[in-house]
Amino acid sequence: MSIEARERRQGAALVAPALIWVLIFFIIPFAGMALMSLAHLDGREVVQSFDLSNFAKIFTDPSLRKGIWVSLQITALVTAISVLLAWPLAWIIATRVPARWQRLALLIAVLPFWTSYVVRSYSWALVLGENGVIMKTLTGIGLLAEPVQIMATRAATVTGFVHFFTMLLTLTIYSNLIQLSPNYARAAQDLGASRLQVIRLVILPLTLPGIMTGAFLTFVLCIGDYITPQILGGNNELTLPQLIMLQLGRRGDYPMASALSLVLMAIVTLAYAATSRWLRMDRL
Amino acid sequence: MRVLAWAYLLAMFGFILLPVVVLIVFSFQDSRLPVPPFDGPTLRWYAEIIADRALMEALMNSLLVALISSAVALVLGFLAASGLARVLLPGSALIRGVLIAPMTVSYLIIALGLLQMFNAVGLRPSLVATGIGHVVINLPLCFAIIYASMGEHQKNAMRAARDLGAAEWQVLWHVSAPMLLPSLAAAFFLAFTFSWDEFIIAFLLTRFDVTLPVEIWSMLRSGLSPATNAVGSIVFLVSVAIVLVLELTLFRRRGA
Repeated sequence: MSIEARERRQGAALVAPALIWVLIFFIIPFAGMALMSLAHLDGREVVQSFDLSNFAKIFTDPSLRKGIWVSLQITALVTAISVLLAWPLAWIIATRVPARWQRLALLIAVLPFWTSYVVRSYSWALVLGENGVIMKTLTGIGLLAEPVQIMATRAATVTGFVHFFTMLLTLTIYSNLIQLSPNYARAAQDLGASRLQVIRLVILPLTLPGIMTGAFLTFVLCIGDYITPQILGGNNELTLPQLIMLQLGRRGDYPMASALSLVLMAIVTLAYAATSRWLRMDRL
Repeated sequence: MRVLAWAYLLAMFGFILLPVVVLIVFSFQDSRLPVPPFDGPTLRWYAEIIADRALMEALMNSLLVALISSAVALVLGFLAASGLARVLLPGSALIRGVLIAPMTVSYLIIALGLLQMFNAVGLRPSLVATGIGHVVINLPLCFAIIYASMGEHQKNAMRAARDLGAAEWQVLWHVSAPMLLPSLAAAFFLAFTFSWDEFIIAFLLTRFDVTLPVEIWSMLRSGLSPATNAVGSIVFLVSVAIVLVLELTLFRRRGA
């Protein structure tokens, strides 16, 4: 056997365990789910069939259709607000904070990133509740006569999400910003650009990869998350993941849960296609 | 402009830290509701959760699942990265794509797929099932981190060892692993924190023995309580400790 053939065989042997794991515990379950999405529920029994009735139902049933719409709205809103909040924060840390304090500033800016996801949503429930810190403060200083309900509304869900994803985007935009040579800004200034023009016309476009990478991650994680809308938004309006969990819980409707999951995946794939030319995942 | 920048920085820090501060402060609340006015401090809620058998079991389960699943993901990812870095296999790009693929799919969907498969083959929900799911989500992460840190230098050293007669396992154990130690450690700890904190897979794939996030979830059902704050604060401190250790040891070397 030639050396090359032996090397190749050994290489394949090293890759095999990981590939087999992904095949058995990811690809096969996924294929099973695709098959399941074509089945239907008869009483409480799953009957395998091969039709698209679940998908047809998703796009005709008002509550299911609304779930997709609610998810898209919340995700778009969260992504937009998070980018708007994170960009100036990342920029200030990268350009205004002295170099030796930057790592510390960044560490503080993403500290709650490391708290448990469930606990973080719970903490916002504490803050936003009717008796929470914010309402007590606002009514205490007389800005509000009565507490306003935020919990169990979309505003609570969005606040919880924005908190998390502002941290994520600050990281991706910051790591983009510090890789930029200061010469760009200097050159633009020498050519007569005002400070705001430098930011708007030079720096901002150069951070598009960082913005897009963060925005894509935000979109994917936000639209697939069950915890935040469940804890903060409650059951008043359901998002796509909440609907999926509802199918499982209430009547064990695996076919419909699978079909909804595939719709969720299709949305994520579209988002990837739309942003892929800016994505720089490897540079994170 | 300058003042505005600092004001914005402070305001954002306030927004970012607010929930954590509220969480920790009201874990020392004396009365039964973790809302203002603050009437502590007391440690009674910490005493209560330490005496809570179910909670402590969930904590141990979480540690166990995180340790074992991260170790498995690390080994599989390390072997695969070594194999792919070693020779140009036919279809390398495709293999890399397949190994990374689970990263692009929501945890909820991975959990649902596994749940259905385990149901089909008659495997009951358990910590093992959860661990399997955690390897699925962490394997791409470990693979990507390790593969990205394998440069030419690394490959040359491996080749030299092989030419000098080292067996494949000796190359991996004595040459590759020590050279890649920082990224191996980074991959392991990241995988560990992801598994330790993971909710939806554990929620769908466990039943009687649960992990900590699932146990916390069921604590939430009974409403707000300083006991939940206390658990949250402890989990937070553990995670921050891990991150600080990483920051002070591994990442310092990159000279950042």
